[in-house]
Amino acid sequence: MSDKLRSTLKNIGIPRFVIVTMLIVIYIAAYFLKLNVPRLLSDNLVRMGMNGVLVLAMVPGILSGTGLNFGLPLGIICGILGGLISIELEMTGIMGFLVAMICSIPIAIIAGYFYGKLLNRVKGSEMMVGTYVGFSIVSLMCIGWLVMPFNSDAIRWPIGDGLRTTIALTDFYEKVLNNFMQFTIFGVTVPTGLLLFFFMMCLFVFLFLRTKTGMAIRATGSSNKFSKASGIDVDKSRMIATVLSTALGAIGILVYAQSYGFFQLYTAPLMMGFAAVAAILLGGASAHNAKITHVLLGVFVFQGLLLVALPVANVIFPQGNLSEVMRVIVQYGIILYALTKAGGGQ
Amino acid sequence: MSRKIKNLLVKNVVTIVFVLLCIFGIVASEQPLPFIVKELLTRIGRNSFLVLSLIIPVIAGMGLNFGITIGAMAAQIVMIFAISYGATGFSGLVLCIVLSTPLAALFGYITGRVLNKTIGQEMITSMIMGFFANGLYQLLFLFLVGTMLPIGNENFLIPGGVGIVNTIDLKDNVMYAFDSLWTIKLPMFLGIFGVLGALVTGYLVKKFKKSENKVLRSRLFFYLGLSLSTIVVAVVLQSTVNLYKLFEIPMITFAFIAVIGAFNVLIFKTKMGHDFRTVGQDKHIAHVSGINVEKRRILSIMISTILAAWGQIIFLQNLGTLNTYGSHVQISTFAIAALLIGGASVSKATVGQAFLGVILFHTLFIVSPMAGKNLFGNAQVGEYFRTFIAYGVIGLSLGLHAWKTFKAQQQRDKVDIN
Repeated sequence: MSDKLRSTLKNIGIPRFVIVTMLIVIYIAAYFLKLNVPRLLSDNLVRMGMNGVLVLAMVPGILSGTGLNFGLPLGIICGILGGLISIELEMTGIMGFLVAMICSIPIAIIAGYFYGKLLNRVKGSEMMVGTYVGFSIVSLMCIGWLVMPFNSDAIRWPIGDGLRTTIALTDFYEKVLNNFMQFTIFGVTVPTGLLLFFFMMCLFVFLFLRTKTGMAIRATGSSNKFSKASGIDVDKSRMIATVLSTALGAIGILVYAQSYGFFQLYTAPLMMGFAAVAAILLGGASAHNAKITHVLLGVFVFQGLLLVALPVANVIFPQGNLSEVMRVIVQYGIILYALTKAGGGQ
Repeated sequence: MSRKIKNLLVKNVVTIVFVLLCIFGIVASEQPLPFIVKELLTRIGRNSFLVLSLIIPVIAGMGLNFGITIGAMAAQIVMIFAISYGATGFSGLVLCIVLSTPLAALFGYITGRVLNKTIGQEMITSMIMGFFANGLYQLLFLFLVGTMLPIGNENFLIPGGVGIVNTIDLKDNVMYAFDSLWTIKLPMFLGIFGVLGALVTGYLVKKFKKSENKVLRSRLFFYLGLSLSTIVVAVVLQSTVNLYKLFEIPMITFAFIAVIGAFNVLIFKTKMGHDFRTVGQDKHIAHVSGINVEKRRILSIMISTILAAWGQIIFLQNLGTLNTYGSHVQISTFAIAALLIGGASVSKATVGQAFLGVILFHTLFIVSPMAGKNLFGNAQVGEYFRTFIAYGVIGLSLGLHAWKTFKAQQQRDKVDIN
């Protein structure tokens, strides 16, 4: 019996077990503290959908062997660029969202191509180099946002130079996905469109990984030498995975922004990659292996933890922002845990 | 000969680019030179120590220690508690240094242990470790102080009684406690520096007169020339009317920096230093020759963390305000960027590169807002530019190093197959 218990526990993974238990405990606590549980659950679903694609962007990177894509801000910047172009063209509603996607994907593919080329030259240090590619591009784009020739009043400051720090999407495509076929059941509001879009993207990645190219990517990740011997172009597989990851990052931020209602420019995307990495790791992925189920579970649990912990912590501990501190600890703790598990060893 | 020069240029391309960038920035900023020099002197005193704390782990093959933030946190924990209980002045600051040492050693030990589990990924791990530690640090100062931990001064608490306030003013307690202890004027300082330098290098030139080592001799002559010209500059500054001769040099701080600089040079003449170097070059060979690789790696991180804690104390006593939740956050980025601009890489760093890097990086830091304003009509451009420089130079350097390592690995693989 205890053997069975131990092996099940090992299968689930201790951190995952702890976090899921924590989430359940917090939900129960919320119920006893007389918080609006259905409301929290609705928000949890929204958060899951809005962050999901960003987390999904981790999958190709991990499977192709480039590791955790800390360079996600690169994709995010591409997405924001596409989103701004769509606003500049005065597109609204679902059309605006589609145009944003259509504009951002080519940009992301080009950026991802160069990023992939770089990652192929720094094998073994992809994570560190990726982190600094992300940081560099975000800080370079800070200058970019100041000098870019956008003219829309929604994008520029009314007086002074440069683009606004937050760009409201109220008049454009705020919540177009969230409101699509939204319905309420037992007090829980389900953002159908948002979740549908997220699941579709998951399905797309799932199917893509079962095509010939996808299989090649997975083979590359599991063994460089073996895949080379079986005639797979390792560099090409890694490149495709990186481009896909960057493009998913771009789509991810658009989904995020339409739900959030704002684009955040300047230094806001700087640390966004870490949250996505933490989510997929909490879902049970490692630096070498990831599944779509890890994405689904991870993003639900991680975002749930952040969301539900906030009001609960505020009731128990009125001073300060305990849940924000807990987020930092959980987020970086899980990444650290994954790194030590992946370990180089002797 | 021309090939030699080309090699030299290629090797030092980062530093050369930054020298040019600095000159360009100084011209573009249109700021008076004395102002820049004065700022720069302050910043050298403030930041050199932190940059020096990076050198030993680099030599020990663990790359750039992004975990120096953790050392800085140790320093701030000790400072906040010590000052709240009334530590002031020089003795108070010495107390901070003494108390922060074991704490930083403990933190360094833990970091070292973790890094031993992630060989090959030390830098990303030390960086994430810093972020993680920052979470625990916030937990300590936002929630534990005032509820479970006592604090000596009620004014340090956020109104409501739980958590430490955002900024702590150091003016009335430890500000300038090292800096103001003994200062001399700039020409005097340059004079002493030049004379001492000339004496030492003169002695060495004589000693190695018959040496076959041409590189060493030409280098010695270069230093001799440098020392003599420093004396000339000192005399000129003293005998003419200018602003520079009013600048004061904080001798204790500079002496402290010099001692640690010398420590970083001399340690590599000892057995321990040799061990670090061997571990850095090849862990396997080190292991075979009887060195306890893991212990040496932990030790190098411990030293680095302790030095970072001391460095942060020097930094804060000069700055005069302790930003509880912010002072430590960017420490590693800026220190590492400075070291790399000086010409260091992930696997090679010297004390000279550290100093050169501090000078170049901080010159750029001083002039870029005004340069941005004059060139683009917006000071923010310059401010973002310097952040970009910090991140960009680290990214570039990491990329180049990884590329070289990967190439070497490929070469080795080819040889294996043949």
